[in-house]
Amino acid sequence: MRDTFVKCLIERAKIDKRIYVISPDMGFSVFEEFIKRYPNRFLNVGIAEQNAIGVAAGVALSGKIVYVYSIIPFVNMRCYEQVRVDVAYMNSNVKLVGIGAGFTYGSAGLTHQAIEDIAIMRSMPNMTVCAPGDPCEVEQIVKQSFLYKGPMYIRLAKNKEPMLHSHTDKITIGKASIMRKGKDIALLATSNLLATALRWSEEWRKEGIKAAVVSMHTIKPLDYNYIRSLINKKIPIITLEEHNIIGGLGSAVAEIIAESGMAIKFKRIGIQDIYSHFVGSAEFQRKKFNLINKPDLRKFFTK
Amino acid sequence: MKLNKEIRKDIVRMTYLSNSSHVGSCLSIVEILSVLFFQILNIDPKNPNKKNRDKFILSKAHGSAALYAVMARKGYFSRKWLDKFYIDNGKLPGHLDKEIVPGLETSGGSLGHGLSLGVGMALANKLDKNPGKIYVLLGCGECNEGSVWEAIMLAATKKLENLTAIVDFNELQSFGRTNEVIDQRNIKERWEAFGWSALEIDGHDQDAIVKAIKKTQQRPKVIIAHTIKGKGVSFMEDRLEWHYKSPTQEQYLQAIKELGGE
Repeated sequence: MRDTFVKCLIERAKIDKRIYVISPDMGFSVFEEFIKRYPNRFLNVGIAEQNAIGVAAGVALSGKIVYVYSIIPFVNMRCYEQVRVDVAYMNSNVKLVGIGAGFTYGSAGLTHQAIEDIAIMRSMPNMTVCAPGDPCEVEQIVKQSFLYKGPMYIRLAKNKEPMLHSHTDKITIGKASIMRKGKDIALLATSNLLATALRWSEEWRKEGIKAAVVSMHTIKPLDYNYIRSLINKKIPIITLEEHNIIGGLGSAVAEIIAESGMAIKFKRIGIQDIYSHFVGSAEFQRKKFNLINKPDLRKFFTK
Repeated sequence: MKLNKEIRKDIVRMTYLSNSSHVGSCLSIVEILSVLFFQILNIDPKNPNKKNRDKFILSKAHGSAALYAVMARKGYFSRKWLDKFYIDNGKLPGHLDKEIVPGLETSGGSLGHGLSLGVGMALANKLDKNPGKIYVLLGCGECNEGSVWEAIMLAATKKLENLTAIVDFNELQSFGRTNEVIDQRNIKERWEAFGWSALEIDGHDQDAIVKAIKKTQQRPKVIIAHTIKGKGVSFMEDRLEWHYKSPTQEQYLQAIKELGGE
Protein backbone atom coordinates (compact mmCIF):
# COMPACT_ATOMS: atom_id res chain seq x y z
CA MET A 1 0.00 0.00 0.00
CA ARG A 2 2.83 2.34 0.94
CA ASP A 3 4.69 1.85 -2.33
CA THR A 4 1.48 2.41 -4.28
CA PHE A 5 0.85 5.65 -2.39
CA VAL A 6 4.36 6.97 -3.03
CA LYS A 7 4.32 5.93 -6.69
CA CYS A 8 1.07 7.86 -7.27
CA LEU A 9 2.45 10.83 -5.39
CA ILE A 10 5.64 10.95 -7.46
CA GLU A 11 3.65 10.78 -10.70
CA ARG A 12 1.28 13.50 -9.64
CA ALA A 13 4.00 15.80 -8.28
CA LYS A 14 5.46 15.94 -11.77
CA ILE A 15 2.38 17.63 -13.20
CA ASP A 16 1.04 19.34 -10.08
CA LYS A 17 3.61 21.64 -8.51
CA ARG A 18 1.35 22.19 -5.51
CA ILE A 19 2.04 18.70 -4.13
CA TYR A 20 4.13 19.00 -0.96
CA VAL A 21 5.13 16.31 1.55
CA ILE A 22 5.80 16.73 5.25
CA SER A 23 7.11 13.98 7.48
CA PRO A 24 7.97 14.00 11.17
CA ASP A 25 11.18 12.05 10.53
CA MET A 26 9.53 9.04 8.89
CA GLY A 27 10.00 7.65 5.39
CA PHE A 28 13.27 5.71 5.27
CA SER A 29 13.19 3.60 2.08
CA VAL A 30 9.91 5.30 1.18
CA PHE A 31 10.55 8.88 0.08
CA GLU A 32 14.11 8.75 -1.31
CA GLU A 33 12.90 8.87 -4.92
CA PHE A 34 10.43 11.68 -4.22
CA ILE A 35 13.16 13.68 -2.50
CA LYS A 36 15.57 13.08 -5.38
CA ARG A 37 13.05 14.41 -7.89
CA TYR A 38 11.45 17.17 -5.85
CA PRO A 39 13.91 18.17 -3.12
CA ASN A 40 12.12 21.46 -2.46
CA ARG A 41 8.77 19.83 -1.93
CA PHE A 42 9.68 17.41 0.83
CA LEU A 43 10.19 18.57 4.39
CA ASN A 44 11.35 16.54 7.35
CA VAL A 45 10.32 18.65 10.34
CA GLY A 46 12.04 16.36 12.82
CA ILE A 47 10.40 14.28 15.50
CA ALA A 48 7.79 16.91 16.22
CA GLU A 49 4.31 15.83 15.20
CA GLN A 50 2.39 18.82 16.54
CA ASN A 51 4.59 21.14 14.54
CA ALA A 52 4.30 18.87 11.49
CA ILE A 53 0.56 19.40 11.36
CA GLY A 54 0.70 23.14 12.04
CA VAL A 55 3.37 23.66 9.41
CA ALA A 56 1.39 21.50 6.97
CA ALA A 57 -1.66 23.70 7.50
CA GLY A 58 0.44 26.84 7.02
CA VAL A 59 1.83 25.51 3.75
CA ALA A 60 -1.65 24.38 2.64
CA LEU A 61 -3.14 27.80 3.45
CA SER A 62 -0.51 29.18 1.06
CA GLY A 63 -2.02 27.21 -1.83
CA LYS A 64 -0.29 23.81 -1.68
CA ILE A 65 -1.72 20.32 -1.36
CA VAL A 66 0.12 18.87 1.61
CA TYR A 67 0.53 15.18 2.44
CA VAL A 68 1.70 14.40 5.97
CA TYR A 69 3.04 10.88 6.34
CA SER A 70 3.87 8.85 9.42
CA ILE A 71 2.81 5.84 11.44
CA ILE A 72 -0.86 6.31 12.33
CA PRO A 73 -0.57 7.32 16.02
CA PHE A 74 1.94 10.00 15.00
CA VAL A 75 -0.12 11.45 12.21
CA ASN A 76 -3.37 11.91 14.11
CA MET A 77 -3.13 11.04 17.81
CA ARG A 78 0.00 12.74 19.11
CA CYS A 79 -1.13 15.84 17.23
CA TYR A 80 -4.91 15.44 17.44
CA GLU A 81 -5.63 18.98 18.51
CA GLN A 82 -3.50 20.44 15.73
CA VAL A 83 -5.43 18.26 13.29
CA ARG A 84 -8.69 19.49 14.80
CA VAL A 85 -7.95 23.22 14.70
CA ASP A 86 -5.38 23.70 11.94
CA VAL A 87 -6.67 21.10 9.50
CA ALA A 88 -10.33 20.26 10.14
CA TYR A 89 -11.67 23.56 11.54
CA MET A 90 -9.78 25.67 9.02
CA ASN A 91 -10.68 23.19 6.28
CA SER A 92 -7.11 23.29 5.03
CA ASN A 93 -6.01 21.14 2.15
CA VAL A 94 -3.98 18.68 4.21
CA LYS A 95 -4.07 14.91 3.64
CA LEU A 96 -2.96 12.75 6.53
CA VAL A 97 -1.54 9.43 5.42
CA GLY A 98 -0.87 6.91 8.16
CA ILE A 99 0.60 3.45 7.96
CA GLY A 100 0.11 0.68 10.48
CA ALA A 101 -3.66 0.04 10.43
CA GLY A 102 -4.85 -2.03 13.37
CA PHE A 103 -2.26 -4.59 14.41
CA THR A 104 0.03 -4.06 11.42
CA TYR A 105 2.86 -3.17 13.83
CA GLY A 106 1.93 -6.11 16.06
CA SER A 107 5.20 -6.90 17.78
CA ALA A 108 6.08 -3.23 18.21
CA GLY A 109 3.37 -2.91 20.82
CA LEU A 110 0.41 -0.66 21.46
CA THR A 111 2.20 2.65 20.86
CA HIS A 112 2.58 1.73 17.20
CA GLN A 113 -0.76 -0.02 16.74
CA ALA A 114 -3.86 1.88 15.67
CA ILE A 115 -7.23 0.74 16.94
CA GLU A 116 -8.94 4.06 17.73
CA ASP A 117 -7.96 6.15 14.70
CA ILE A 118 -11.14 5.67 12.66
CA ALA A 119 -13.28 6.69 15.62
CA ILE A 120 -11.37 9.85 16.41
CA MET A 121 -10.99 10.92 12.82
CA ARG A 122 -14.58 10.34 11.75
CA SER A 123 -15.83 12.44 14.65
CA MET A 124 -14.18 15.51 13.16
CA PRO A 125 -16.31 17.72 10.87
CA ASN A 126 -14.83 18.38 7.40
CA MET A 127 -12.69 15.23 7.61
CA THR A 128 -12.98 12.53 4.96
CA VAL A 129 -11.83 9.12 6.22
CA CYS A 130 -10.60 6.41 3.87
CA ALA A 131 -9.36 2.95 4.80
CA PRO A 132 -8.45 1.11 1.60
CA GLY A 133 -8.26 -2.68 1.67
CA ASP A 134 -5.78 -3.40 -1.12
CA PRO A 135 -3.30 -1.61 -3.42
CA CYS A 136 -5.96 -1.13 -6.08
CA GLU A 137 -8.10 0.85 -3.65
CA VAL A 138 -5.04 2.76 -2.44
CA GLU A 139 -4.15 3.79 -5.96
CA GLN A 140 -7.60 5.05 -6.89
CA ILE A 141 -8.24 6.76 -3.56
CA VAL A 142 -4.86 8.50 -3.59
CA LYS A 143 -5.40 9.63 -7.17
CA GLN A 144 -8.83 11.01 -6.26
CA SER A 145 -7.35 12.72 -3.21
CA PHE A 146 -5.30 15.00 -5.49
CA LEU A 147 -8.50 16.63 -6.67
CA TYR A 148 -10.44 16.24 -3.43
CA LYS A 149 -10.43 19.60 -1.72
CA GLY A 150 -10.14 19.71 2.05
CA PRO A 151 -8.92 17.52 4.89
CA MET A 152 -8.60 13.80 4.47
CA TYR A 153 -7.24 10.87 6.43
CA ILE A 154 -6.01 7.81 4.55
CA ARG A 155 -5.41 4.71 6.68
CA LEU A 156 -2.90 2.32 5.16
CA ALA A 157 -1.63 -1.06 6.30
CA LYS A 158 2.02 -1.25 5.30
CA ASN A 159 3.48 -2.83 2.22
CA LYS A 160 3.18 -5.78 -0.14
CA GLU A 161 -0.48 -6.42 0.63
CA PRO A 162 -2.15 -8.69 -1.97
CA MET A 163 -4.20 -7.24 -4.79
CA LEU A 164 -7.82 -8.20 -4.11
CA HIS A 165 -9.63 -6.26 -6.80
CA SER A 166 -9.28 -6.87 -10.47
CA HIS A 167 -7.55 -4.01 -12.28
CA THR A 168 -10.76 -2.96 -13.96
CA ASP A 169 -12.64 -2.35 -10.71
CA LYS A 170 -13.63 1.26 -10.27
CA ILE A 171 -13.26 2.67 -6.78
CA THR A 172 -14.95 5.92 -5.82
CA ILE A 173 -14.47 7.74 -2.53
CA GLY A 174 -17.77 7.53 -0.64
CA LYS A 175 -19.14 4.54 -2.54
CA ALA A 176 -19.17 1.00 -1.15
CA SER A 177 -17.32 -1.43 -3.39
CA ILE A 178 -19.14 -4.75 -3.86
CA MET A 179 -16.56 -7.48 -4.35
CA ARG A 180 -18.73 -10.60 -4.07
CA LYS A 181 -22.46 -10.83 -4.55
CA GLY A 182 -24.64 -12.82 -2.17
CA LYS A 183 -28.11 -12.49 -0.72
CA ASP A 184 -27.85 -14.51 2.50
CA ILE A 185 -25.69 -12.08 4.38
CA ALA A 186 -23.58 -8.96 3.75
CA LEU A 187 -20.07 -8.85 5.17
CA LEU A 188 -18.87 -5.24 5.26
CA ALA A 189 -15.13 -5.06 5.77
CA THR A 190 -12.63 -2.26 5.82
CA SER A 191 -8.91 -1.63 5.66
CA ASN A 192 -6.52 -4.52 6.24
CA LEU A 193 -9.24 -7.11 6.96
CA LEU A 194 -10.69 -7.08 3.45
CA ALA A 195 -8.71 -10.21 2.54
CA THR A 196 -10.08 -11.95 5.62
CA ALA A 197 -13.62 -11.09 4.55
CA LEU A 198 -13.05 -12.61 1.12
CA ARG A 199 -11.66 -15.78 2.67
CA TRP A 200 -14.65 -16.11 5.00
CA SER A 201 -17.06 -15.72 2.09
CA GLU A 202 -15.30 -18.56 0.21
CA GLU A 203 -15.58 -20.78 3.25
CA TRP A 204 -19.26 -19.94 3.70
CA ARG A 205 -19.93 -20.58 0.05
CA LYS A 206 -18.71 -24.16 0.55
CA GLU A 207 -21.30 -24.44 3.31
CA GLY A 208 -24.00 -23.14 0.99
CA ILE A 209 -24.16 -19.60 2.42
CA LYS A 210 -23.88 -16.86 -0.14
CA ALA A 211 -22.28 -13.83 1.48
CA ALA A 212 -21.87 -10.49 -0.22
CA VAL A 213 -18.44 -9.03 0.50
CA VAL A 214 -18.32 -5.28 0.45
CA SER A 215 -15.25 -3.11 0.86
CA MET A 216 -16.05 -0.04 2.92
CA HIS A 217 -12.90 1.81 1.91
CA THR A 218 -14.56 5.09 2.81
CA ILE A 219 -15.75 5.32 6.39
CA LYS A 220 -16.75 8.93 6.00
CA PRO A 221 -18.81 9.87 4.12
CA LEU A 222 -20.23 6.37 4.63
CA ASP A 223 -22.26 5.04 1.70
CA TYR A 224 -25.62 5.58 3.38
CA ASN A 225 -27.68 4.60 0.35
CA TYR A 226 -25.97 1.25 -0.02
CA ILE A 227 -26.38 0.34 3.64
CA ARG A 228 -29.95 1.53 3.55
CA SER A 229 -30.60 -0.74 0.57
CA LEU A 230 -29.32 -3.73 2.58
CA ILE A 231 -31.60 -2.78 5.45
CA ASN A 232 -34.59 -2.39 3.14
CA LYS A 233 -33.91 -5.85 1.72
CA LYS A 234 -33.58 -7.21 5.28
CA ILE A 235 -30.16 -8.64 4.52
CA PRO A 236 -28.26 -9.53 7.73
CA ILE A 237 -25.11 -7.43 8.14
CA ILE A 238 -21.77 -8.27 9.72
CA THR A 239 -19.04 -5.63 9.92
CA LEU A 240 -15.38 -6.54 10.13
CA GLU A 241 -12.55 -4.22 11.09
CA GLU A 242 -9.20 -4.28 12.84
CA HIS A 243 -10.25 -1.44 15.07
CA ASN A 244 -11.91 -1.01 18.42
CA ILE A 245 -15.54 -2.07 18.40
CA ILE A 246 -16.40 1.45 19.61
CA GLY A 247 -16.53 4.17 17.01
CA GLY A 248 -15.32 2.43 13.88
CA LEU A 249 -17.05 0.97 10.83
CA GLY A 250 -19.36 -1.19 12.93
CA SER A 251 -20.54 1.81 14.93
CA ALA A 252 -21.07 3.86 11.79
CA VAL A 253 -23.21 1.13 10.23
CA ALA A 254 -25.09 0.58 13.50
CA GLU A 255 -26.05 4.26 13.53
CA ILE A 256 -27.75 3.90 10.16
CA ILE A 257 -29.53 0.70 11.17
CA ALA A 258 -30.72 2.17 14.47
CA GLU A 259 -32.18 5.23 12.78
CA SER A 260 -33.81 3.24 10.00
CA GLY A 261 -36.58 2.06 12.31
CA MET A 262 -36.15 -1.42 10.89
CA ALA A 263 -34.76 -4.46 12.59
CA ILE A 264 -32.20 -6.67 10.89
CA LYS A 265 -29.67 -9.19 12.15
CA PHE A 266 -26.44 -7.32 12.82
CA LYS A 267 -23.04 -8.08 14.30
CA ARG A 268 -19.87 -6.05 14.72
CA ILE A 269 -16.59 -7.89 14.60
CA GLY A 270 -13.55 -6.00 15.81
CA ILE A 271 -11.39 -5.53 18.88
CA GLN A 272 -13.50 -5.77 22.01
CA ASP A 273 -12.50 -2.49 23.67
CA ILE A 274 -9.22 -3.84 24.98
CA TYR A 275 -5.55 -3.03 24.37
CA SER A 276 -3.25 -5.84 23.36
CA HIS A 277 -0.62 -6.90 25.84
CA PHE A 278 0.31 -9.91 23.72
CA VAL A 279 3.74 -9.98 22.14
CA GLY A 280 3.65 -11.05 18.53
CA SER A 281 3.07 -10.28 14.88
CA ALA A 282 -0.09 -8.86 13.36
CA GLU A 283 -1.27 -12.35 12.47
CA PHE A 284 -0.57 -13.53 16.01
CA GLN A 285 -2.53 -10.61 17.46
CA ARG A 286 -5.45 -11.42 15.16
CA LYS A 287 -5.48 -14.98 16.45
CA LYS A 288 -5.60 -13.72 20.02
CA PHE A 289 -8.45 -11.32 19.20
CA ASN A 290 -10.57 -13.79 17.19
CA LEU A 291 -10.08 -12.03 13.89
CA ILE A 292 -8.87 -15.06 11.94
CA ASN A 293 -11.70 -17.58 12.02
CA LYS A 294 -15.12 -16.76 10.67
CA PRO A 295 -17.95 -16.42 13.17
CA ASP A 296 -20.45 -19.20 13.69
CA LEU A 297 -23.39 -18.11 11.56
CA ARG A 298 -25.82 -20.63 13.07
CA LYS A 299 -25.41 -18.83 16.37
CA PHE A 300 -25.76 -15.47 14.62
CA PHE A 301 -28.97 -16.40 12.84
CA THR A 302 -30.68 -18.14 15.76
CA LYS A 303 -29.84 -15.62 18.46
CA MET B 1 -1.02 57.83 20.36
CA LYS B 2 -4.56 59.12 20.13
CA LEU B 3 -5.37 56.19 17.86
CA ASN B 4 -4.14 53.74 20.48
CA LYS B 5 -6.39 55.33 23.10
CA GLU B 6 -9.33 54.96 20.75
CA ILE B 7 -8.47 51.30 20.17
CA ARG B 8 -8.22 50.77 23.92
CA LYS B 9 -11.63 52.36 24.37
CA ASP B 10 -13.05 50.00 21.75
CA ILE B 11 -11.56 47.02 23.56
CA VAL B 12 -12.92 48.02 26.96
CA ARG B 13 -16.32 48.72 25.42
CA MET B 14 -16.37 45.37 23.60
CA THR B 15 -15.56 43.36 26.72
CA TYR B 16 -18.01 45.42 28.78
CA LEU B 17 -20.91 45.00 26.31
CA SER B 18 -20.32 41.29 25.83
CA ASN B 19 -19.38 40.54 29.44
CA SER B 20 -16.31 38.73 28.13
CA SER B 21 -12.84 37.94 29.45
CA HIS B 22 -9.27 38.78 28.39
CA VAL B 23 -9.47 42.58 28.45
CA GLY B 24 -6.04 42.68 30.13
CA SER B 25 -4.48 40.48 27.45
CA CYS B 26 -5.90 42.77 24.77
CA LEU B 27 -4.71 46.02 26.31
CA SER B 28 -1.10 44.83 26.42
CA ILE B 29 -0.84 44.35 22.64
CA VAL B 30 -2.40 47.57 21.34
CA GLU B 31 0.84 49.30 20.32
CA ILE B 32 2.18 46.13 18.68
CA LEU B 33 -0.98 45.62 16.61
CA SER B 34 -1.32 49.26 15.78
CA VAL B 35 2.27 49.47 14.51
CA LEU B 36 1.88 46.29 12.47
CA PHE B 37 -1.41 47.22 10.81
CA PHE B 38 -0.76 50.92 10.25
CA GLN B 39 2.96 51.06 9.61
CA ILE B 40 4.37 47.69 8.67
CA LEU B 41 2.09 45.15 7.01
CA ASN B 42 1.76 45.23 3.23
CA ILE B 43 -1.96 44.47 3.21
CA ASP B 44 -5.09 45.78 1.57
CA PRO B 45 -8.40 45.52 3.41
CA LYS B 46 -10.22 45.93 0.09
CA ASN B 47 -8.34 42.93 -1.26
CA PRO B 48 -7.62 40.69 1.73
CA ASN B 49 -6.25 37.86 -0.44
CA LYS B 50 -3.82 40.11 -2.31
CA LYS B 51 -0.93 38.14 -3.71
CA ASN B 52 2.45 38.77 -2.08
CA ARG B 53 0.81 40.36 0.95
CA ASP B 54 2.34 40.17 4.41
CA LYS B 55 0.53 37.86 6.81
CA PHE B 56 -0.17 38.37 10.48
CA ILE B 57 -1.12 35.57 12.88
CA LEU B 58 -2.46 36.30 16.35
CA SER B 59 -1.34 33.12 18.06
CA LYS B 60 -2.54 34.38 21.46
CA ALA B 61 -6.00 34.45 19.95
CA HIS B 62 -7.67 35.39 23.22
CA GLY B 63 -6.46 38.89 22.33
CA SER B 64 -9.08 38.85 19.57
CA ALA B 65 -10.91 41.99 20.72
CA ALA B 66 -7.73 44.03 20.24
CA LEU B 67 -7.20 42.58 16.77
CA TYR B 68 -10.81 43.25 15.74
CA ALA B 69 -10.64 46.83 17.01
CA VAL B 70 -7.51 47.42 14.94
CA MET B 71 -8.82 45.61 11.86
CA ALA B 72 -12.06 47.60 11.95
CA ARG B 73 -10.11 50.86 11.95
CA LYS B 74 -7.95 49.51 9.12
CA GLY B 75 -11.16 48.97 7.14
CA TYR B 76 -11.63 45.20 7.05
CA PHE B 77 -15.16 45.54 8.37
CA SER B 78 -17.45 48.15 9.85
CA ARG B 79 -16.75 49.43 13.36
CA LYS B 80 -20.38 48.58 14.10
CA TRP B 81 -19.25 44.95 14.12
CA LEU B 82 -17.32 45.65 17.32
CA ASP B 83 -20.65 45.77 19.17
CA LYS B 84 -21.32 42.28 17.86
CA PHE B 85 -18.38 40.66 19.61
CA TYR B 86 -18.90 37.50 21.69
CA ILE B 87 -22.70 37.90 21.83
CA ASP B 88 -25.60 35.83 20.47
CA ASN B 89 -25.93 36.23 16.73
CA GLY B 90 -22.64 38.12 16.83
CA LYS B 91 -20.21 38.84 14.02
CA LEU B 92 -16.92 38.44 15.85
CA PRO B 93 -16.17 35.30 17.87
CA GLY B 94 -14.27 35.20 21.16
CA HIS B 95 -11.40 33.42 19.48
CA LEU B 96 -10.53 33.54 15.81
CA ASP B 97 -12.56 32.04 12.97
CA LYS B 98 -11.20 32.90 9.53
CA GLU B 99 -14.34 31.62 7.83
CA ILE B 100 -16.46 34.42 9.20
CA VAL B 101 -14.09 37.33 9.83
CA PRO B 102 -12.71 39.01 6.69
CA GLY B 103 -8.95 39.44 6.67
CA LEU B 104 -8.01 36.79 9.21
CA GLU B 105 -5.24 34.53 7.96
CA THR B 106 -5.88 31.78 10.50
CA SER B 107 -8.42 30.50 12.97
CA GLY B 108 -7.30 29.81 16.49
CA GLY B 109 -7.74 30.05 20.20
CA SER B 110 -5.70 27.14 21.38
CA LEU B 111 -2.19 28.20 22.35
CA GLY B 112 0.93 26.93 20.64
CA HIS B 113 -0.49 26.74 17.11
CA GLY B 114 0.33 30.08 15.49
CA LEU B 115 4.08 29.80 15.14
CA SER B 116 3.83 26.44 13.34
CA LEU B 117 1.30 27.94 10.94
CA GLY B 118 3.60 30.91 10.42
CA VAL B 119 6.57 28.62 9.75
CA GLY B 120 4.49 26.82 7.12
CA MET B 121 3.53 30.09 5.44
CA ALA B 122 7.12 31.36 5.55
CA LEU B 123 8.38 28.12 3.98
CA ALA B 124 5.74 28.29 1.24
CA ASN B 125 6.61 31.91 0.50
CA LYS B 126 10.30 31.09 0.15
CA LEU B 127 9.47 28.17 -2.15
CA ASP B 128 7.26 30.40 -4.30
CA LYS B 129 9.69 33.35 -4.18
CA ASN B 130 6.85 35.34 -2.66
CA PRO B 131 8.26 38.45 -0.91
CA GLY B 132 5.43 38.53 1.65
CA LYS B 133 6.61 38.46 5.26
CA ILE B 134 5.05 36.53 8.11
CA TYR B 135 4.47 37.98 11.58
CA VAL B 136 3.29 35.94 14.57
CA LEU B 137 2.29 37.41 17.92
CA LEU B 138 2.56 35.04 20.88
CA GLY B 139 1.88 35.39 24.57
CA CYS B 140 4.61 34.86 27.14
CA GLY B 141 2.58 32.16 28.87
CA GLU B 142 2.05 30.58 25.48
CA CYS B 143 5.77 29.88 25.34
CA ASN B 144 5.12 27.15 27.93
CA GLU B 145 3.71 25.09 25.06
CA GLY B 146 6.18 22.53 23.72
CA SER B 147 4.87 22.96 20.18
CA VAL B 148 6.16 26.56 20.18
CA TRP B 149 9.69 25.23 20.64
CA GLU B 150 9.21 22.64 17.91
CA ALA B 151 8.37 25.50 15.57
CA ILE B 152 11.25 27.65 16.85
CA MET B 153 13.74 24.85 16.10
CA LEU B 154 12.44 24.26 12.59
CA ALA B 155 12.33 27.95 11.70
CA ALA B 156 15.98 28.34 12.72
CA THR B 157 17.04 25.22 10.84
CA LYS B 158 15.35 26.50 7.68
CA LYS B 159 16.76 30.02 8.22
CA LEU B 160 13.37 31.65 7.71
CA GLU B 161 14.44 35.27 7.51
CA ASN B 162 10.94 36.15 6.31
CA LEU B 163 9.47 35.21 9.69
CA THR B 164 9.20 37.48 12.72
CA ALA B 165 7.77 36.44 16.07
CA ILE B 166 6.74 38.93 18.71
CA VAL B 167 6.26 37.80 22.30
CA ASP B 168 3.87 39.89 24.37
CA PHE B 169 5.80 39.55 27.60
CA ASN B 170 3.27 40.95 30.07
CA GLU B 171 4.51 38.60 32.82
CA LEU B 172 1.09 37.25 33.70
CA GLN B 173 -0.54 34.04 32.54
CA SER B 174 -3.82 32.32 33.36
CA PHE B 175 -3.07 31.36 36.92
CA GLY B 176 0.07 33.08 38.01
CA ARG B 177 3.13 35.23 37.33
CA THR B 178 4.78 33.97 34.16
CA ASN B 179 8.24 33.58 35.63
CA GLU B 180 6.91 31.86 38.74
CA VAL B 181 4.91 29.29 36.78
CA ILE B 182 7.68 28.60 34.26
CA ASP B 183 10.80 30.68 34.69
CA GLN B 184 11.46 32.51 31.42
CA ARG B 185 13.52 35.44 32.67
CA ASN B 186 16.17 34.54 30.12
CA ILE B 187 13.63 34.17 27.31
CA LYS B 188 15.75 36.20 24.87
CA GLU B 189 18.75 33.93 25.42
CA ARG B 190 16.56 30.88 24.96
CA TRP B 191 15.37 31.93 21.50
CA GLU B 192 18.92 32.98 20.60
CA ALA B 193 20.28 29.63 21.73
CA PHE B 194 17.76 27.99 19.39
CA GLY B 195 19.15 30.00 16.47
CA TRP B 196 16.96 33.10 16.24
CA SER B 197 17.94 36.77 16.21
CA ALA B 198 16.43 38.23 19.35
CA LEU B 199 15.68 41.76 20.50
CA GLU B 200 14.19 43.02 23.72
CA ILE B 201 12.11 46.19 23.72
CA ASP B 202 9.45 48.16 25.56
CA GLY B 203 6.30 46.82 23.89
CA HIS B 204 4.43 50.07 24.42
CA ASP B 205 7.08 52.21 22.71
CA GLN B 206 5.90 52.51 19.11
CA ASP B 207 9.21 53.80 17.77
CA ALA B 208 11.04 50.91 19.41
CA ILE B 209 8.57 48.44 17.88
CA VAL B 210 8.99 49.92 14.40
CA LYS B 211 12.77 49.93 14.72
CA ALA B 212 12.88 46.36 15.96
CA ILE B 213 10.63 45.08 13.17
CA LYS B 214 12.53 46.97 10.48
CA LYS B 215 15.93 45.75 11.62
CA THR B 216 17.24 43.52 8.83
CA GLN B 217 17.56 39.86 9.56
CA GLN B 218 19.31 36.85 8.04
CA ARG B 219 17.53 34.48 10.37
CA PRO B 220 14.08 34.33 11.91
CA LYS B 221 13.71 37.13 14.41
CA VAL B 222 11.95 37.34 17.73
CA ILE B 223 11.06 40.57 19.48
CA ILE B 224 10.52 40.17 23.19
CA ALA B 225 8.11 43.01 23.85
CA HIS B 226 7.89 43.87 27.53
CA THR B 227 4.36 45.01 28.17
CA ILE B 228 1.91 45.62 30.97
CA LYS B 229 -1.20 43.51 31.13
CA GLY B 230 -4.21 45.86 31.24
CA LYS B 231 -2.08 48.79 30.02
CA GLY B 232 -3.85 52.15 30.02
CA VAL B 233 -6.47 51.48 32.67
CA SER B 234 -5.05 52.07 36.14
CA PHE B 235 -7.03 49.44 38.02
CA MET B 236 -6.45 46.78 35.36
CA GLU B 237 -2.69 47.19 35.01
CA ASP B 238 -0.63 44.15 36.00
CA ARG B 239 -3.58 42.42 37.66
CA LEU B 240 -4.21 38.74 36.98
CA GLU B 241 -7.96 39.04 37.57
CA TRP B 242 -8.34 41.03 34.33
CA HIS B 243 -7.55 37.88 32.42
CA TYR B 244 -11.07 36.86 33.44
CA LYS B 245 -13.22 39.74 34.62
CA SER B 246 -15.19 42.06 32.45
CA PRO B 247 -15.78 45.59 33.63
CA THR B 248 -18.91 46.56 35.55
CA GLN B 249 -20.71 49.68 34.34
CA GLU B 250 -18.89 51.76 36.93
CA GLN B 251 -15.52 50.30 35.96
CA TYR B 252 -16.32 50.75 32.31
CA LEU B 253 -17.06 54.45 32.78
CA GLN B 254 -13.93 54.88 34.89
CA ALA B 255 -11.80 53.15 32.23
CA ILE B 256 -13.22 55.29 29.42
CA LYS B 257 -12.55 58.41 31.51
CA GLU B 258 -8.94 57.38 32.03
CA LEU B 259 -8.59 56.77 28.28
CA GLY B 260 -9.74 60.31 27.50
CA GLY B 261 -13.51 60.02 27.60
CA GLU B 262 -16.10 59.21 24.94
